[in-house]
Amino acid sequence: MSDPTVVVDRPVVDGPLSPGTTVVAPRSPEEVAADSRRPLSSRTLDDRLSLGGSVVSSLALVWLLYDNVLPFSGRLGFVLCWFAAFIGLYGGVTALSQPRPIVVDRTASALIAGAAVTSFLALGSTIVFTFAHGWRAIVHLNFFTTDMAGVGPQDSLNHGGILHAIAGSMIEVAIAVTVALPLGISAAVYMTEVGGRFARFVRTVIEAMTALPDLVAGLFIYAVLIVAFGQSRTGLAASLAIAITMLPIIARSSEVVLRVVPGGLREASFALGAPQWRTVWRVVLPTARPGLGTALVLGIARGIGETAPVLITSGASTFFNADPTTNPMNSLPLFVYSAVRSGQPTYIIRGYGAACVLLTIVMVLFVFVRILARQPESGR
Amino acid sequence: MLTDLFEPQAEPEPAQYVDRPRAIEPGLSFGDKVFRHGTRAIGALVLVLTGSIGIFLGLQLIPTVRRYGLGFFTQTQFDPGRNVVGIASAIVGTIEIAIIALVIAFPLAVGTALFVSEYAPAGVKSILISMLDLMAAIPSIIYGVWGVAFLQGQLLFVARWLSQYLGWLPFFKVHGADPRGATFPQYRYELSAFVAGVVVAMMVVPLACSVMRNVFTQAPMGEREGALALGSTRWGMVRAVVLPYGRGGIIGGTMLGLGRALGETVAVLLIISLDFGLKIRILENGSVTISSLIADRFGDATSSQLSALLAAGFVLFLMTLVVNTLAAMVVSRSRSGAGLDV
Repeated sequence: MSDPTVVVDRPVVDGPLSPGTTVVAPRSPEEVAADSRRPLSSRTLDDRLSLGGSVVSSLALVWLLYDNVLPFSGRLGFVLCWFAAFIGLYGGVTALSQPRPIVVDRTASALIAGAAVTSFLALGSTIVFTFAHGWRAIVHLNFFTTDMAGVGPQDSLNHGGILHAIAGSMIEVAIAVTVALPLGISAAVYMTEVGGRFARFVRTVIEAMTALPDLVAGLFIYAVLIVAFGQSRTGLAASLAIAITMLPIIARSSEVVLRVVPGGLREASFALGAPQWRTVWRVVLPTARPGLGTALVLGIARGIGETAPVLITSGASTFFNADPTTNPMNSLPLFVYSAVRSGQPTYIIRGYGAACVLLTIVMVLFVFVRILARQPESGR
Repeated sequence: MLTDLFEPQAEPEPAQYVDRPRAIEPGLSFGDKVFRHGTRAIGALVLVLTGSIGIFLGLQLIPTVRRYGLGFFTQTQFDPGRNVVGIASAIVGTIEIAIIALVIAFPLAVGTALFVSEYAPAGVKSILISMLDLMAAIPSIIYGVWGVAFLQGQLLFVARWLSQYLGWLPFFKVHGADPRGATFPQYRYELSAFVAGVVVAMMVVPLACSVMRNVFTQAPMGEREGALALGSTRWGMVRAVVLPYGRGGIIGGTMLGLGRALGETVAVLLIISLDFGLKIRILENGSVTISSLIADRFGDATSSQLSALLAAGFVLFLMTLVVNTLAAMVVSRSRSGAGLDV
C-alpha cells in the first residue's frame, strides 16, 4: 500500500459520485492472490493419504506374511486379515498426527464402511454366482419351452426344460393370491375401519401367526389335507400352503397401509353424507392403492420363492401339468432344490438355470414395486 | 308480505307440527350394516383359519406326550424304529444356528444400517436402500445354493483356523481332525452348523438392517446438529445421538432377525448333514434343526410320528412367537419406535 504506483483492480472514478454508489476499497495483488476459496469438503489431503496409504500398506503386509510366513490359507481369510491389518494401520497412522477423537472417528467409519461393503458384496456375489453357473442352461431356448418328461438326468442341455416348473409356480402363486388377497385386505379393512374389541383380538392372533414358520404351515396342510382327508399331493395343496403363509403377512402389511390414510379424508367423506362402506370403497382404498399394490407384489415375490411348504405338499413332477387339482405339480424353488440335490452335473446346471429364472422374476417384481411406490399421487 | 313475517305467532301450532328431538344416534344405514357385518365375518374367518392352525398344532402335543412321554423334550434321538422320539438335539441345533447367525449378522446389520443412514452420500442412498430390500426379497433357496456351492469352500479355511487356534474352546473343537496333522480332512468341516449359520446370517442382515435403518433416520435433526455444533466428530454424533435414540430399533430388529433365523428351513436343509448327536461343536460336520428334522422325516412318518413332527413344529412356532412378540414390545416401547411397525 505504501507503494504510490499501486495498480487498483477497478477504474478510479473521477468527478462527483452520484448518491447511492458504493466504492470498494482498492485491493492489492497480494490480497487478491490470498483470497482463495476455503475448501468446504471435510476431507483433507492428510485424510486421503492416510486412507490410501493404509489400504496399500496393509495389502502389501498381508501379501507378504500370509501363506508365506504365517501358516494361514484361503481367500476369505486373506481378506479378513487384510481388513484387520488395514484397521490397525489406519488407526495407527492417524494417531501419529491427530488427537484421539479423530482416531476413534476414522476407525469407526472404516469399520462401518467395511460392514456395509460386506453386506453388499454378499448380495452381489449371490446374484453373480447364480448367473455365472446358470447361463449355460438359460442360453438354450428349449429350456423355457419344454418340460423334463422323458429327459434323463444326464441328457445334454439341448433337451428338456423347466416350462412345467415355471407354469407350476405361476399357477400356484395365482391361486394363493386369489385366496389370500381378498381375505387379507378385508380383514385389514375390518381391523382399521370397523375396530372394536373383537378386531383387536383378530389383530393379535394375526400378528402372532406371522411368526408361523412357512414349513410348519406346509406341514399343517400336509397333515390335514393329505393325511387326514386322503387327498394326493397336488398343486392345489401347495397353493393353499402358500396362501396360509401369505395371509397373515398380507393382512398385516395392508393394515399398516390403511392406518396411515389421513383421518381427515374419511371425515370429509362422512361430512358429505357418505355412508361408511362408500367411504371405504371410494376414499380409503383408492388412497391406499399404491401401498396395497406394494404389499401385494412383495407378497407375490415372497410366495414365488417359498420352498419349504411346496416341498412338503406338492410332489415334484417332470411333466407339464396345468391342472392343480389332480397330479403333482412342480415349481421353480422345488425344481432348484431337487436339481441341486441330485448330484448329476448336467442336472445341477439346470437347477442353476431355474434359480436364474426365479431370481429374475423376483427382481422384475421388485423393480415393479419401486415404480409402483414412486407413482405420484394424482388428483390432489 | 314482509310485514307478515314479523307478526307475533299468536296461535300455537297444531299438534302434528311440534318439534321432536332427532335421534342422536340414528343407527346404521342398511349398506353400512352389510359392510360392518360382512367385514366382521371375514375377520372372524381369518381368525378361525389362522387360529385353528395354532390350536391344531398345540393339540398335537397331547398324543405325542402320551405316546412318547416327556422324553419327547429331553431325548436327543429321533428314531421311531426304536420307539425313541425326542427333539432335544433339534432344539439345541436350532438355537445354535440362530446364535451363530446373529453373532455374524448383528455387527453387519448395525454397520450397514449406520452406513446407509449416516455415511452414504445422498445420491447413492436410495440405491443402497433398494439393494437392501432386494436382498430381503431373494428366495432362501438361492441363498442356500450359494452357501453350499460357493461360501462353504471359502469358509472351510476359516473354520480350520478357528479350530486350530481356538480349539481349546469347547464349541470350536472338531473331533476326528487333527488341526496340526499333515492332511486336511475337509469333510470333517463341511456341512456344519457354522456354514449354515453364516448363510442364515446373510438372510437375517437385510431384515434386521431395515428396521434399524428406519429408526436411525428418525433420530431428531436438532440433536444431531447440536452434537455437531459442539464439535463432535461424525462418529461422536452417531454414538451420542443416533445409537441411544435407535437402541429400541437395534434390539427389536435383531430379535426379528432371530425369529427369522429360527424358522429358516431350506437353506439349512441344503447345507447341514443331519446328525442327532447333541453337540455344541459348531465347526464339525453335521447338526439338526427342528425345521430340517421335519422336512427330512415327514415323508415316511406314521400318524403318531406325524403328530410328533407337528408338535415339534409347534415348539418352533412358540419359540418364534415369543421372540417376535418381545421384539415388537421392545420397539414400540422405545422412544424411537412409537410410530414404527416391525
